[in-house]
Amino acid sequence: MTIEFESPKPIVQTQFVLKTVAEEMMRSKSRYFDEHEHEIPWDYIEFMHTAMKSMGVGSLAPKEKSNGGNGGEPKEKRPPIAYQSLAAQIEMLSWGDVGFYLITPGGGLGAAAVQAAGTSEQKAKFLARFTEDKPTFAAMCMTEAGAGSDTSAIRARAVLDEKTNEWVINGEKIFVTAGDKAFTEYEKFGGGFIVVWASIDPSAGRAGMRAFVVESGTKGVTVSKLEHKLGIRASDTATISLVDARVPYDHILGSPTVEKTTTGFKGAMATFDATRPLVAASGLGVARAALEFLKEKLDENGVEIRYGLPRQKLSNIEREFIDMEIMLKSAWLMVIKAVWMADNKKPNALESSMSKVRAGDVGTKITQKAVEILGPLGYSREFLLEKWFRDAKITDIYEGTGQINRLVVARQILGYSGSELR
Amino acid sequence: MYSFEPSEEQQMLVDAVGKYAINDLRPAAHEAEESREFPRKLVSKGWELGLLQASTPEAYGGFGERSAVTCALAVEEMAFGDLAGALAVMTPSLFATPILLTGSEEQKQEYLPRVIEGDWAPYTAALIEYRFDFDPNALKTTAKASAGDYILDGEKAFVPFAKDAEAMIVYADLDGITQGFIVPKNSAGLTISNERENLMGLNALPMYRVKLDTVKVPASNRLGGASGHNFELVLASMRIASASAAVGVAKASFEYAKNYAKEREAFGVKIAQKQAIAFMLAEMATEIEAMRLLTWEAAWKLDNQKDDAATEAYLAFTGAADMAMMVTDRGVQILGGHGYIREHPVELFMRNGRGFAMLVGLAIV
Repeated sequence: MTIEFESPKPIVQTQFVLKTVAEEMMRSKSRYFDEHEHEIPWDYIEFMHTAMKSMGVGSLAPKEKSNGGNGGEPKEKRPPIAYQSLAAQIEMLSWGDVGFYLITPGGGLGAAAVQAAGTSEQKAKFLARFTEDKPTFAAMCMTEAGAGSDTSAIRARAVLDEKTNEWVINGEKIFVTAGDKAFTEYEKFGGGFIVVWASIDPSAGRAGMRAFVVESGTKGVTVSKLEHKLGIRASDTATISLVDARVPYDHILGSPTVEKTTTGFKGAMATFDATRPLVAASGLGVARAALEFLKEKLDENGVEIRYGLPRQKLSNIEREFIDMEIMLKSAWLMVIKAVWMADNKKPNALESSMSKVRAGDVGTKITQKAVEILGPLGYSREFLLEKWFRDAKITDIYEGTGQINRLVVARQILGYSGSELR
Repeated sequence: MYSFEPSEEQQMLVDAVGKYAINDLRPAAHEAEESREFPRKLVSKGWELGLLQASTPEAYGGFGERSAVTCALAVEEMAFGDLAGALAVMTPSLFATPILLTGSEEQKQEYLPRVIEGDWAPYTAALIEYRFDFDPNALKTTAKASAGDYILDGEKAFVPFAKDAEAMIVYADLDGITQGFIVPKNSAGLTISNERENLMGLNALPMYRVKLDTVKVPASNRLGGASGHNFELVLASMRIASASAAVGVAKASFEYAKNYAKEREAFGVKIAQKQAIAFMLAEMATEIEAMRLLTWEAAWKLDNQKDDAATEAYLAFTGAADMAMMVTDRGVQILGGHGYIREHPVELFMRNGRGFAMLVGLAIV
């Protein structure tokens, strides 16, 4: 082992390709889909599906035995970089447009949940679809009107109908990213699924919480609303209602029996250890877009950043810019460390939440400051910067708000349980 | 590839330095600061850890290759114990490392074995100047070429152990760029102040003003020889050392405040169980880790001669200085009134934390 900061070659190559995608397929359409919320960018989705298929990847979720990154020949003894590669891809796609990135076909968080908690039969059954002919989506349904970060307050119920051996699910889920594309049956899309969190034993609290794979088009399930949002408007955010929705017995992820411990729930929450740095990576992609745009405008206007000067000699713009660069670079390293740990099977709950805390802060601050420094140009819709400012804010909210992640970090560093530090 | 795990060798060094920092430096820190004196025995003990020796090739009396990453790890660990003590132990590096990095072959052969092979001895360097807008790349101290010699004029400040120094590197402006010159003790025109510097912190580290009044040094004493040296590389190494030390001091404050918060009770619970305190700690830990990684990356870039290594070192230095201020301030805040009392070390950490933004040149990796 050693300390090294060389970006692996396959990652650099993928980034190079995705940069072109970001510029050609995303940036050029960003404004249109920001102003036409709920329209679907078919071109982008089909392009990405074809491209990913040709690269041999069906989804952005890392493959189990991935070795050497996407597109690379698996070679022995190569250090695993699947999560690192994924983080780099997500960063670059989000640099293009984070709303588009969120509707990149593939499994998204839904597949990640199956990947993390499913049996090998379940993985084979649910994940194969992403490499088939049509672009296909999956989504994660966790949040409810009365349960955001406090997932123990989830009210959705799943009851086993012993006669038919089916789970009967009731409840309403909100804020489901790509929920419409995953559940509604579109002709151009393959049949996707949603992963619904519900309790199989409300008296057991968190220990009773399970995730269920619900196939698109399942009876009793409806997409009842599409949200109108501050940003990431190319991405649909759905409300999904489940009324006596029936799913087969083996669609439950994890054990169907409830022990009086929360290990089952903790296992499920481990999904977030894997996905938080990826969400952080996405936020940092937007931040980098904003910072690069700011630099471009400063260059155009003859404003130089004089690196190397002591603070006292820097102009205000220089100080701000340098601070932004420090924030961005260090936040990115935290993401890389967290995913490097995931790749190397090291427990990364702390690093993963830290990276998310930092990326939430950094993405928000950098985009806010960039708009401020560019004044009227920053506020104008002539440029995408104002949109990135709106887009970046979501990083500090979804996949655990900055506050919840601070709580996770605090419990980790203090060695406190959830009851010791509420 | 990316990797964030120190090598076995690095880990052994870190562990050894960590032991010294905890068992020797930390217990001595308070008394040293108050009495303005670090026990020489402890300094020698730190010297025997062999940081500089391990960075110097055998040909010059050492037993290894210099790695900025390894040094960064060691500096963080040592500064975690006590900053003034750490700087005292590493003062000879201020003289030796720039020679090792950018000196001519003759300079390496002449000076490195002297510094390396014996016990700790006061070799030092003079970079800082006493001005509000002190800038290592725009020094007021000047060097002028004159008939095969250089004439140095100006005044330097905060020069560690200048009083007894066997020799020092003096940095001066030569035709618009900063260059280092080796100045032996008792050079004509070289005056060391009798009074020590009186600063907000670092009082255990004896520092002096140094006046240069037409000090003549032979051209061969210019670092790198006749064609001079790459000061950017020296400055980058100084900045990485400073950033690493900032991370170490911040970590010291964070750990102390964290442990205090887990003991101290208010309203029937430990104060660490209050989100107001817990969130402060979470943010401190996050900031420390962020700047540690940025510093490591800068050090790695320096070791691997990446084009942007100097810029990255500057960013790490700037960011770590801000971080150290933020974290050490919170360390005091978490202890409340007790934090303001000198019995607890957090106020010293805070005074030390403030210095990083302006004190480049007191350490080098």
